[in-house]
Amino acid sequence: MDALRLYGRYTAASIRGQMRYPASFLMTSFGAFLATAADAVGLWVLFAHFHHIHGWGFGEIAVFYGTVGTAFALTDAATRGFDVFGDFFVRTGAFDRLLLRPRTTVLQLLGHELRLSRIGRLAQAVLMLLIGLSLVHLQWSPRAAILLLAAVAGGMALFAGLLILQATLAFWTVESLEIANILTYGGVQAAEYPLDVYAAWFRNFLIFVVPIGCIAYFPVVGALGRHDPLGAPDWVLFASPAAGFAFLGVALWVWGFGVRHYASTGS
Amino acid sequence: MDPFRPYLAAFAARFQLTLQYRTAAIAGFGTQCWWGVIKIMVLAAFFAGSPGRQPISLEHVVTYTWLGQAFLIFLPWNGDPDVAEMVRSGAVAYDRLRPIDTHGWWYARALAWTTARVAPRAALMFAFAALVLPLVGLGRWSLRPPADLPAAALFALSIAGVALLSASIVVLINVIIVATLDDRGANLLVAPFSNLLSGSIVPLALFPDWLRPALRLQPFAGLVDTPFRIYFGDMAGWQALGGIGLQLGWAVLLAGLGRWWVGRVMDRLQVQGG
Repeated sequence: MDALRLYGRYTAASIRGQMRYPASFLMTSFGAFLATAADAVGLWVLFAHFHHIHGWGFGEIAVFYGTVGTAFALTDAATRGFDVFGDFFVRTGAFDRLLLRPRTTVLQLLGHELRLSRIGRLAQAVLMLLIGLSLVHLQWSPRAAILLLAAVAGGMALFAGLLILQATLAFWTVESLEIANILTYGGVQAAEYPLDVYAAWFRNFLIFVVPIGCIAYFPVVGALGRHDPLGAPDWVLFASPAAGFAFLGVALWVWGFGVRHYASTGS
Repeated sequence: MDPFRPYLAAFAARFQLTLQYRTAAIAGFGTQCWWGVIKIMVLAAFFAGSPGRQPISLEHVVTYTWLGQAFLIFLPWNGDPDVAEMVRSGAVAYDRLRPIDTHGWWYARALAWTTARVAPRAALMFAFAALVLPLVGLGRWSLRPPADLPAAALFALSIAGVALLSASIVVLINVIIVATLDDRGANLLVAPFSNLLSGSIVPLALFPDWLRPALRLQPFAGLVDTPFRIYFGDMAGWQALGGIGLQLGWAVLLAGLGRWWVGRVMDRLQVQGG
């Protein structure tokens, strides 16, 4: 409870700080909106020409795209501390200070900044999700709502796990490695399309190694009321978002291992 | 004294310095491979569902995608980070004191900055997509050789055009950064347009018929669409020369605009800090 209250105070301070520069906030949010909107226009161009991909239409793809985009935008806003961990905390030695405080490092890094400008990316993803849902004439049911919420929650956990793993690497490399973007941004890109589009090796990678397919594909197929072309039984559609939380659990364990092996850069 | 010497020296110094960032080049290459693989699988799935004749064949789309990954850094996403830093620190005022043309100085540096980052990435990407992929039996998904010898020669000419056009746009972004005293706005707003309008996200050939002629005339098309079509022979002979002419025309026009604007902005420059 105490941790939650403290996180609330961190967040409030971060928001107040960013709101000191309203023009900058508006501009960066609009920029984030435009950047993802360009991708969405690309998607529309492809569907205007080809009409469908493996039997999936634009509406369905927009639901996949919107779900994974929403999850990533929310996590990306909250995990700024992990994203800049190598350059901001390890190289400068600022992480020593975090270790001295009587609170967990994860809480303090989550509290580092809540990046408001990600609202541009979030708005674009939610807009795509709404467009998609209206195009496929989704029959709203508790089942569909639960599956979509589970997909977003599992996705947030998975992306948080990826960003924590990226930060953990910095204990050894002493700088933020962009290579993890392959899995975050690249994962979002891959999850915009249903898994049956991909070759088997890539599909298995997205289910069993970095389980982005488990959070963005199976539950969404269930919410759309479609029969899974890959043949997954109904319980898998419900259970698969848990893979995101399992991934986060593993990432937190690895993080703890990294913290124990942290040797300060000194000053 | 040779009037071009300071600009050549600026180019050479920046080129050699930028070339030193080897880890960045290798990380970029890795990312581009991954991206290329995803894009090709998605495009192949689209093509598999539409057996009819397409405005661009799957084989050409695969080549187009690898070329796009090889030359990705030519896309003008940002202004020159050195200029942005000079604006922040106020050091941009020193550029007023140099007895040389500011636009030419920035242009030479931007040209070196882009080409030195493209060269290692493009070499690695050609080695991977044109040599390694066919050797491991993935020839269907590889970067094919140019259509013929004239196509290869015209493509080389056209890539030089891309470098010149890209540098013109980078310097224009520099001017906006100096005029607004902030690098975030210009950097965020130009990238989505250069990605989409160049044909980097989706080849311009797949855009709707009514939009395509206009898209191929605008300057960003010269960064991706024109050179790649020359490579696989979709534009040949006089048509290819026309495309290169259009690239160079835009490069000169945008450089001229940048030059005129640099003069105006620098005349009323207000330096921050002290």
